[in-house]
Amino acid sequence: MESILVLTHADETGSALTKASLEAVTAGVDLAARLGAELAIGIVAKHASHAAAQVAGAANRLLAVQGEAFAQARFASDAAACTEICRAAMPAIVVAPDSSRFARVMAVVAARVGGAIDTHITAIGGAEAVEATRWFYRHRIEAVITRDKRPWFLLLDAGTHAPYAGEGPHAQPDEIAIAAELPEMRTQVTGFRAPKLDQQTIRPDAKLLFVAGAGWTKKQPDGQVHVEEAGNLILRFLHLSGASLGSSKSLVDQGGEGQPVLPFLTHLNQVGQTGSTPRHPKGLATCCHGEEPHVVGWRFIGERRAVSLDANCGWTRGKADVVYVADAFAVMTKVNELLGEAASRS
Amino acid sequence: MANVLHIVVCAGMAPDPLQTLEPTTGPNGPGIKNEMVLPAVLDPWAASALYEAASLAAKNPGSKVWLVSLGPKAKLQQVMMTVAQKVGFELVPVDGPIGGFPDAHATAAALADAIEAIPGLDRARLLVFGGWESATRGAGVTLQLVGERLGIVDQFQGVDQITLREDGSFEVLERVEGGKHQVSVCAGAPAVLGWATGNLPEPRNNPQVGMANMRTIMPALQKAKSVALEANGLKYVAVNLPRQQRETRVEKNLSAEEIAREIVEWIEKDNR
Ligand SMILES: Cc1cc2nc3c(=O)[nH]c(=O)nc-3n(C[C@H](O)[C@H](O)[C@H](O)COP(=O)(O)OP(=O)(O)OC[C@H]3O[C@@H](n4cnc5c(N)ncnc54)[C@H](O)[C@@H]3O)c2cc1C
Repeated sequence: MESILVLTHADETGSALTKASLEAVTAGVDLAARLGAELAIGIVAKHASHAAAQVAGAANRLLAVQGEAFAQARFASDAAACTEICRAAMPAIVVAPDSSRFARVMAVVAARVGGAIDTHITAIGGAEAVEATRWFYRHRIEAVITRDKRPWFLLLDAGTHAPYAGEGPHAQPDEIAIAAELPEMRTQVTGFRAPKLDQQTIRPDAKLLFVAGAGWTKKQPDGQVHVEEAGNLILRFLHLSGASLGSSKSLVDQGGEGQPVLPFLTHLNQVGQTGSTPRHPKGLATCCHGEEPHVVGWRFIGERRAVSLDANCGWTRGKADVVYVADAFAVMTKVNELLGEAASRS
Repeated sequence: MANVLHIVVCAGMAPDPLQTLEPTTGPNGPGIKNEMVLPAVLDPWAASALYEAASLAAKNPGSKVWLVSLGPKAKLQQVMMTVAQKVGFELVPVDGPIGGFPDAHATAAALADAIEAIPGLDRARLLVFGGWESATRGAGVTLQLVGERLGIVDQFQGVDQITLREDGSFEVLERVEGGKHQVSVCAGAPAVLGWATGNLPEPRNNPQVGMANMRTIMPALQKAKSVALEANGLKYVAVNLPRQQRETRVEKNLSAEEIAREIVEWIEKDNR
């Protein structure tokens, strides 16, 4: 019988589990039920008790590594913590969130316990064997894989499961404290750098992804570029709609090439093959052309619409639900007016 | 000199992003149709790592950059024709299979062996660079496993910036969720850094750099060791292109006002 371990970690508060961790718990609960397997949950946190209470009903066993050293998302301490939990749980399958914190260490944890790892898993299935779905070639080819090797670590992409909401099949087990011996720490996490709150354009929980393409900074039919106007329109729209901002590579690269830029855009906004592939229920692409923003960038976008001047853009066909052949400056000006009116009414 | 660095960049090859990809199954498992003849590039995030490595080496005289790349020799030679013109490096080629389907654990073992065999490499000054994920397998595990095999206990992924200090310590910015960077300070080499985009534009082609690099690249390619990669129990149950095709409604004759009304209604549909 396969035994399952879900590894979780706390968020910046140091005590509550991240949403992605709770999603991994759901996946673990589902898998354990399907295989009739024992489920253990491992927690890495500064203070584990609150986190343990969040998921206690889900597991047969709760294993926690806690302490000041585990408040930081740091390779050496996180790798030691996860390795010790795995050694204590001796699982066949390990499910964990593909968060920046765990993605940094989990391959090494798998190696230290003699296992193998696959990441960016979007679904776990299979009738007899455990099978995992993941994408190759930056979301252009989808594969279902399986492995004989155990323990097999599966890092789950965020947004693929509902977060565990506290109703589990088990009576609350006691939390077992695991000690992780730490080597001398050569790295300290000193903080975070983020745009000021009102300038943060990346909003993972937004309902809408707004993708801006290079067309916004190109010469318009009047022969002029209108970068300032473009920037104002986009920021106003983000403010009124609460959308998250994605960008094509061509648009963010312009800074490095000395062309006019939208000052609030960075490579973190880039979607596509060398950018991100975020998950949002809806996406609106403007002034984009090409496979990257329309195919790879919104692979995980539910409903998709696009505004482009190019009536023949083949990339949107079959990929978008609606394409408006129109000037995005005119359309977004009107959109902002309408959203502004609605906001002032409410 | 306190800050002489030995930077080893691990970089694979990827099909040029503008190519259409079609999966096939061959005797060794899945692959991409005609992958050997599709135009290829140095894997984009690993290419950022190479440019950052060259820039860091230039700022710290006496430093050196190696580029370790696993792939079919003939393909490596083709891709090096352009890459060699960008920045100076010494190539350490490993002759092996192409593409994203071979197992990452086996790839990492072959890369770590190649790094260990580099003559004159000072492990105390070593920074292992690469892309945080490849554009082929996209797993983000290879570099970590290379680091583990080399016994390196400070690792960073999704790196956009490194700032070296006089005492050899450095500050690193790593991408974390929500459009933020985590800031860390590490006591110094050795360390592993998996790069995201970084801050440098792609260097222009410089034929002189190309000629200097090519002098060592060609002999290195001739001597490249061949490796076979074990599957580590990895089996492919299915490999497919996404089937989902949408019925696209193309609106060519609506006014901006009409479009705006539709868009606003659509945005607000489930928001209320
Ligand atoms: C190694 C590599 C990696 C890459 N990775 C990525 C990646 O991760 N992400 C990515 O996006 N790209 C990536 N690319 C680039 C990609 O191939 C395309 O070149 C790029 O996505 C095109 O950007 P764009 O659509 O913004 O610009 P363009 O191709 O310049 O298109 C601009 C569009 O805007 C339209 N337009 C102009 N004005 C208006 C207006 N007023 N109203 C409406 N429409 C207007 C034009 O008609 C045109 O269709 C990569 C390329 C390479 C070589």
